[in-house]
Amino acid sequence: MTDLDVRKKELAKEFLPMLLKSTKWSKIWTGVLVGFILWGLIALVLQIINGHGVTGMRDNVVWGIYIINFIFFVCLSYSGAFISGVLHFFNTPWKNSVSRIIEIVTVVSLIIGPVFILLCIGRLDRLHYLFLYPRIQSPITWDVIAIITDLIGCFIYLYLTFIPDFAILRDNSIGAPRWRKKLYKFLAIGYYDTPKQRKRLHSITRIMSAMIIALAIVAYTVLAWIFSLTLQPGWNSTIFAPYFIVAGLYSGVGVIIIIMYLIRKYLKLEHYIRKVHFIGAGVILLVISLLFGYFTFSEYFARWFSHKTTDANLLDTLFNTYFWEFIFANYIGVLVPIVILFFKRFRTIKSITFAAVIAVLGLWLNRYLIVVPTLETPYIPIQDTRPEFIHYSATWIEWALSFAGIAAFVLFFMLLIRLVPIIPMSGIINYEREKKKNSKPLAQQQLP
Amino acid sequence: MKDDKTTPSGTNRRKFLKMGLLSGATTVAGASLLANLASEEELKASGEKIRVLTADGKMVEVDAESINKYPEAHITPEESRMGIPGRKFVMVIDLAKCKNARNCVESCQKAHQLDHNEEFLKIHLIQDHEEADPYWFPKPCYHCDEPPCVTVCPTGATFKRDDGIVLVDNDRCIGCKFCITSCPYSARQFNWSHKPKFDDTSQPYSPETSVPGTEGTVTKCVFCPDMLRQGKLPHCVTACPMGVIYFGDKNEDMVTNGEETVRFSELINDRGGYRHLEHLGTKPSVYYLPPVNRQFPLERGFDVDEDIIERYRDVPFVQDLKEQGKI
Repeated sequence: MTDLDVRKKELAKEFLPMLLKSTKWSKIWTGVLVGFILWGLIALVLQIINGHGVTGMRDNVVWGIYIINFIFFVCLSYSGAFISGVLHFFNTPWKNSVSRIIEIVTVVSLIIGPVFILLCIGRLDRLHYLFLYPRIQSPITWDVIAIITDLIGCFIYLYLTFIPDFAILRDNSIGAPRWRKKLYKFLAIGYYDTPKQRKRLHSITRIMSAMIIALAIVAYTVLAWIFSLTLQPGWNSTIFAPYFIVAGLYSGVGVIIIIMYLIRKYLKLEHYIRKVHFIGAGVILLVISLLFGYFTFSEYFARWFSHKTTDANLLDTLFNTYFWEFIFANYIGVLVPIVILFFKRFRTIKSITFAAVIAVLGLWLNRYLIVVPTLETPYIPIQDTRPEFIHYSATWIEWALSFAGIAAFVLFFMLLIRLVPIIPMSGIINYEREKKKNSKPLAQQQLP
Repeated sequence: MKDDKTTPSGTNRRKFLKMGLLSGATTVAGASLLANLASEEELKASGEKIRVLTADGKMVEVDAESINKYPEAHITPEESRMGIPGRKFVMVIDLAKCKNARNCVESCQKAHQLDHNEEFLKIHLIQDHEEADPYWFPKPCYHCDEPPCVTVCPTGATFKRDDGIVLVDNDRCIGCKFCITSCPYSARQFNWSHKPKFDDTSQPYSPETSVPGTEGTVTKCVFCPDMLRQGKLPHCVTACPMGVIYFGDKNEDMVTNGEETVRFSELINDRGGYRHLEHLGTKPSVYYLPPVNRQFPLERGFDVDEDIIERYRDVPFVQDLKEQGKI
């Protein structure tokens, strides 16, 4: 038995209890989450039976918080794919502790996100018409293609990163139930970590990591085009595609920091997820918050300075009807994280997580302000319409389904980290192997 | 319509129209103009004769080709994509004559089985700038020649026909609402919930009437092609007591409001016709004549129910009027 095999056994011993045993708290949490999901399912059934009339969406604001959640989750996924791809491709040294969190965020949010766009569709029973009567010039068709391609790409990528860990678990899961062993054996697809296999897997993963970066950029862009290719005064903007990329990364890094905090705290992984990771992620969040603030400023400043009538009307709506939302989304949501993350002495784990929470909430609201006020301020101001059709406010059905989406996200995440360790064991092995390899020539250099 | 000018029948019709104009056209003439338009092919005689029974019980012999191809027959969604051959329908709205009588809205609602507060045609109160007096502004679907709604539809449920009309096929629509957000004129509506009237199968569904409606799909003004096929004018045109709305065929260069029939090009050029938000590049088929020499004081438009006035409460001008206690 080589050193590596011993080390693998040790790691399996360390992480297996996390996969097999459920604590009291995890049971309670699962119960709460399932409760939220059931509540959302009731809302869904009501919406399907009674039609979209049960939502707050009406003829002017035809898309409400469903599409905001859709953008939010899908952008979360794209940013996860982007960050994970970059970490893998450039072989970032401290990536191992966070890479699996990012990968799981990518895939889980890409499963939840499209569910929200389905909730916007009036005739779900005709969804297959998208493939029966496709029209390639429609940005919706582009988005369907982009999301499906991205979903497949991300699944392949996630699975590739899982294979070495499945192999370790297959060989070392002592005391695990039989179905679990069988599952690991099946999922490991005969991977035995031989040098040849390792090299091949490494090169495939590297290619896929580069591909999902490209996929994420394409998918982000197409998503932004759903809005910016229309003529609507608040949407028809040339910077929307890069703006969506930056905004997506902003929420992505924010959510990853929040999850890092929760996992570190509740799974007691202080040894693996350290302050240095938070500081690293915090600095990235700082850079992106500066970029995001810059884009937001450019977008609104140009509208305000040139003040075309339609733009002026939009800004009027934003600064009257949506004053506090605008302040929170575009001032507090950007400036607070910048201030916290800019000064070194403010950079503690808790304050960085707080900045991330503010960033994520601010960004969600920023999306709300992109979608709803624009639809309330079309080219021809809304008139001769029944009063209850003018302004949008989400109903409990929409909120229930939104919270069910968040609950499903957390629940899927919890289920996936019961299947594979949240810290990639194979990554630790690789890291130690590299260290050994590098230390040898160093020792030889010192000899003469 | 180069062909028409060379055929004798086309010339005859033109002469007839000219005479009609000179002798002061009547409602009947206006309607018969469109009757002529809708059955253009009749004039190319085939020689084959068919005997038909008229409504008053007489047997008459007519040319086979002159049988109207488009009676009140049902037009299926598939047929409705074709359009009426050789036509390019346009609408001209004379803003000087509109007083928000809302007959157009009501007749449209009746014809398309719309509820009291659902409307394909809205009447806006527009003020061009601070110095200008506001005016009433009927806004149907503009049936654009570069329709953004058609471009973005992922299933081809909404389409542009050869005769210029943009329709929605409710059997094809998946209800993604992208067309609603892409329309800069807010011309589209959505059937948010099921209504008993949707179950009415007394007339089969046709995109040309948009009746009966379907839950979860998009709907809008259709330019009433079912009426056009019968040689009649759209409901809003005939319902208007002021003759505000002119309708006709751009290829024939004729429009009528049911009372007077005029040349489309002359009307547009002599009276400064324009299209709303021309700079968006959507090329609407609906033209407006500027509100010069207005025939009614604006306030006449407020002789409507309280709930209709409520619909204009966000207009600054209406708020001023309310403060002064004028309405």
